[in-house]
Amino acid sequence: MDAERITEKLNILADAAKYDVSCASSGSKRKNENKGLGNASNGICHSYTEDGRCVSLLKILLTNHCIFDCAYCVSRKNNDIKRAAFTVQEVVDLTINFYRRNYIEGLFLSSGIFKDADYTMERLVRVAKKLRTEHNFNGYIHLKSIPGASDELMREAGLYADRLSVNLEMPTEAGLKLLAPDKNRQDMINPMSFLKKEIIQRTEEKKLFKNAPMFAPAGQSTQVIIGATPESDQQVLQSANYFYKNFNLKRVYYSGYVPVLIDKRLPALNTAVPMVRENRLYQADWLMRFYGFHVNEIVNQQQPLLDLDIDPKLGWAIRNMQAFPVDINKADLQMILRVPGIGLLSAQKIVSARKFAKLSWEQLKKIGVAINRARYFIICKSNEFERRDLTGNNIKQFILAESKSKYIKNTQTQLNLF
Amino acid sequence: MYSLIYDGTFEGLLTAVFEIYDRKLLHVKLIKGEWRSSALFEEVLQIITDENRANRVLKGLCKKLSAAGLQRLYIAHMAEMANEESAIVGFIRYVFDTDQNVEEDYGNKYVMRISEIIKMVRREKHRMEAFVRFQKLKDETFYSAVEPDFNVLPLLIRHFKNRYTDQKWIIYDIKRGYGLYYDLHDIQYISLDFSEVNNPTNVITAFSDDESIYQHLWKNYFTSVNIVSRKNTRLHLRHIPKRYWKHLTEKI
Ligand code: SF4
Repeated sequence: MDAERITEKLNILADAAKYDVSCASSGSKRKNENKGLGNASNGICHSYTEDGRCVSLLKILLTNHCIFDCAYCVSRKNNDIKRAAFTVQEVVDLTINFYRRNYIEGLFLSSGIFKDADYTMERLVRVAKKLRTEHNFNGYIHLKSIPGASDELMREAGLYADRLSVNLEMPTEAGLKLLAPDKNRQDMINPMSFLKKEIIQRTEEKKLFKNAPMFAPAGQSTQVIIGATPESDQQVLQSANYFYKNFNLKRVYYSGYVPVLIDKRLPALNTAVPMVRENRLYQADWLMRFYGFHVNEIVNQQQPLLDLDIDPKLGWAIRNMQAFPVDINKADLQMILRVPGIGLLSAQKIVSARKFAKLSWEQLKKIGVAINRARYFIICKSNEFERRDLTGNNIKQFILAESKSKYIKNTQTQLNLF
Repeated sequence: MYSLIYDGTFEGLLTAVFEIYDRKLLHVKLIKGEWRSSALFEEVLQIITDENRANRVLKGLCKKLSAAGLQRLYIAHMAEMANEESAIVGFIRYVFDTDQNVEEDYGNKYVMRISEIIKMVRREKHRMEAFVRFQKLKDETFYSAVEPDFNVLPLLIRHFKNRYTDQKWIIYDIKRGYGLYYDLHDIQYISLDFSEVNNPTNVITAFSDDESIYQHLWKNYFTSVNIVSRKNTRLHLRHIPKRYWKHLTEKI
């Protein structure tokens, strides 16, 4: 192996792939069969970058040569950068050797489009096929679906990969037209709907025949870039909601635009990455997927933007003060989940624990409830509760003032989910 | 207040519980360690681990806890967290003194504490599953040294056995002086003699030929994927506290 050349390729092709924020390696249930190598199930972050993102997969491009010229992309045709390409075998060797050392959960392989869609997709599939059939590799494989690739290739990809994704890139068609004139939305949606149908059909088959092969068991995901075009949060979340509903997507990733290129269609180079907004979008996304919120409750015509100062759950609560206070010892789980300061786990614990005895502040605190936020919205076994008739705005100010001292200490924004 | 001295084993702990009920002791403190008759003013009782008595207590627990609940209790003890015996004994007494199953009674301080301990142990287990870094030795064994906060190696067996079936591997807890060895068939507990190698984490002389290349590639990869304009050191440190760095290839 020519260590130097491989190192150079890896540097170029990992660097070019890093703007795809998806790193998940969960949701599959591939077992280690016939004493092979690896399995895919739980999704482990093996390391974290200095910006705090999970490193779970070997995330690389097969090549950064590209015939397209998407404005937001470092690999675009007219960008003057170093180009490189891995051979199929090189990607296979890297994956296997990283995996054996417990560096990674598997491979996330994407690519610039060279020649045409099918030609590119065929190479990606070949890597996955080789790993599965020649190396008995059962680790996680995420392949990018190349827009415009044929159904035949997508079907093959589904047989070897755990997850497939097409990046929508821009939240709306207009945004895409502006920044990626070579791409058309229909080309992206086609493989997505093909896979959706195929996944449903295969799941049915699998129910009937245990031995039917797995087909993309971790489903599909997509990514939208935030802040490169002027879409509102309402547009972003509504489009995410549309894709969750209509294409059974497992995840939508929101990627704050990192200015790397000079282009008059794009934000200037010194524009900050919209990290807070990105975080708020993820929180909103969680509310839709796990907390039973409808997208319109989070953003709507009157409220098209998420409040950057507070998380969207608190935002909803202070706009809907008529729903509170919630009695922790009586309310149903759905309502407890809507209380700011109470997460999924705490909510479940509350519902379990109150069967034994009514809960007080002390116990709620132990269970993990953030009392400083929740106290405005709940009553429990105690004579102490918020008696003042506060408006939503009052509460927002109190909570902000309280967290301000923390805020100033770390100018970095908090990236916690609730 | 009685101080009960026991040998640190789970059977020993169960024997102590037997004594507590047998002698109707009210306030007790359980201490792991050697019997030292002098020095202590309070009343001290040495617990001699007794399989029969331990089994009777275990049977009692089986009746009142779910299988998972019992396993959690066992794990909480095995973790060897300092000074947590009182919580564990307190939990067991609460289980026996209440009619219904109390596993989910998070309003009770012992139940809550066990749940916290389990959470910490789980996190450490997950960290180990993530942070083990194997180094390939000349004889094709993949070796890894770890120093977990708690005793979690036994909890790692299932994960690593399912994952790495076609390579020999060792995961060695250098803090506690024992490790797991998978020889392509079974897993054994081993303890290694490092007297010849000065530093157990440093086995470079025994590396296979391609080991340093892959370590180099991995470090490069780790640097390449960083996005400088998003730097967030605080978050980074929360995910990988510094004490783990010395065994992480990409951080050395
Ligand atoms: S097609 Fe993909 S790789 Fe090519 S320029 Fe567009 S985003 Fe970049």
